[in-house]
Amino acid sequence: MSDLALRLDGVNKRYRFFELHDIHLELPLGRIMGFIGPNGAGKSTTIRILMGLVHQEGGEVFVLGHRMPDQQAAAKWDVGFASEDMRLYDSATLDWHMRFIRSIFSTWDHAYAQVLLKRFDLKPEQRIKGLSHGQRVKAALLLVLARRPRLLVLDEPTTGLDPVARHEVLRELTDVMGDERRSVLFSSHNTQDVEQISDQITFIDRGHIIDSRDKETFMDRWRRIRVELPSGVQLPALSGVIDIKQTGRLAVATTNTYDGVLPRAYEAAGVRVQAVEHMTLEEIFVQNVQCSREAGQA
Amino acid sequence: MLSGIVLSHADGRPMYLQIMEQIRQRIAVGDWPAGQPLPSIRQMATDLQISVITVKRAYFELEREGVIATQQGKGSVVADGADLGARIYEQDLARHLEQVVRLGALLGLTPMEIQSRLRETLERLAAPEKDRT
Repeated sequence: MSDLALRLDGVNKRYRFFELHDIHLELPLGRIMGFIGPNGAGKSTTIRILMGLVHQEGGEVFVLGHRMPDQQAAAKWDVGFASEDMRLYDSATLDWHMRFIRSIFSTWDHAYAQVLLKRFDLKPEQRIKGLSHGQRVKAALLLVLARRPRLLVLDEPTTGLDPVARHEVLRELTDVMGDERRSVLFSSHNTQDVEQISDQITFIDRGHIIDSRDKETFMDRWRRIRVELPSGVQLPALSGVIDIKQTGRLAVATTNTYDGVLPRAYEAAGVRVQAVEHMTLEEIFVQNVQCSREAGQA
Repeated sequence: MLSGIVLSHADGRPMYLQIMEQIRQRIAVGDWPAGQPLPSIRQMATDLQISVITVKRAYFELEREGVIATQQGKGSVVADGADLGARIYEQDLARHLEQVVRLGALLGLTPMEIQSRLRETLERLAAPEKDRT
């Protein structure tokens, strides 16, 4: 039994205007991974490959130990997948959908479904066509969550939700983590959601994974160092600094490999260090994408 | 057990530091006595709706400071030591003093000037109520 919820190894997929390059990704059991990338970066394509909906041209994909896409039927008993473009039957009620899913999946938890109806403020007798966008998203999530799958794969689960609904959804995702055998992969533009609930963070841009590691290490290594240059002192070029913004005698240096050495190196060079700041995931994300694009062009 | 910890998104510090501080406060004021079990890492993560790894980090750092003790498989408890509350305030004081020195240096104050500013503050705050008006 593998202790990985999912593994992609050297996965490639080429389209006319887009290509996924050599994707490596691992998610250990019991973890939540936030998958972040700009529009068109390859998040949904990667997720579709994971779900066997799109077949990779090269590389290996395993989901809960099942090889994809060949063993997707076996994998899908234990995987719950929800995406924005998932369609429910417009003319049927939510209750009809719940009974339908229940008839297929023996793991359906009726009591939990009732709890979710209340928490998501949904009415089972309502037809899908009468639901708002947010209610549809929540209905689709309810149908997936109440199966209590071992792996949840959610493509943009909080996009288009109001703040209250977003909190309801995040709450359910963190509840899932009460059980250490269950895992979640979710993609999002909302870096605050990812920063809050993820154990692992993966950045993707233009079909390349540009960074993937545990969140604490990630957030710890990115720092902004604010310095003051006494007159006559030049800011030394130090390794690990990936961006410098200087106006007059004040400068801000950004690093993605912080380990406490940089401030001392600056001080040793006569530079006065005013502050070493943490960065938000959003700031890290934007900087990371910019750096990786500049490196790609160089 | 509910922790009662409330995290702030407006607080610029990482979430693990906020958790550490709030646990230290609970111990310092005596709400969580020595030997009291802490919520499990997963329980705390679910309560606060944050990732497991963040809570793990906070517990790990608190253990390193000697504030809590973790036994494999049994979870974490508030560490023994009658002076724990005092020690936590002591660490807090040390951090604030460092901040005073750093800000003083930023303003270009000499060590003597920083000392006299501290003395002035001491005198001002120690002065009886009636003298302040």
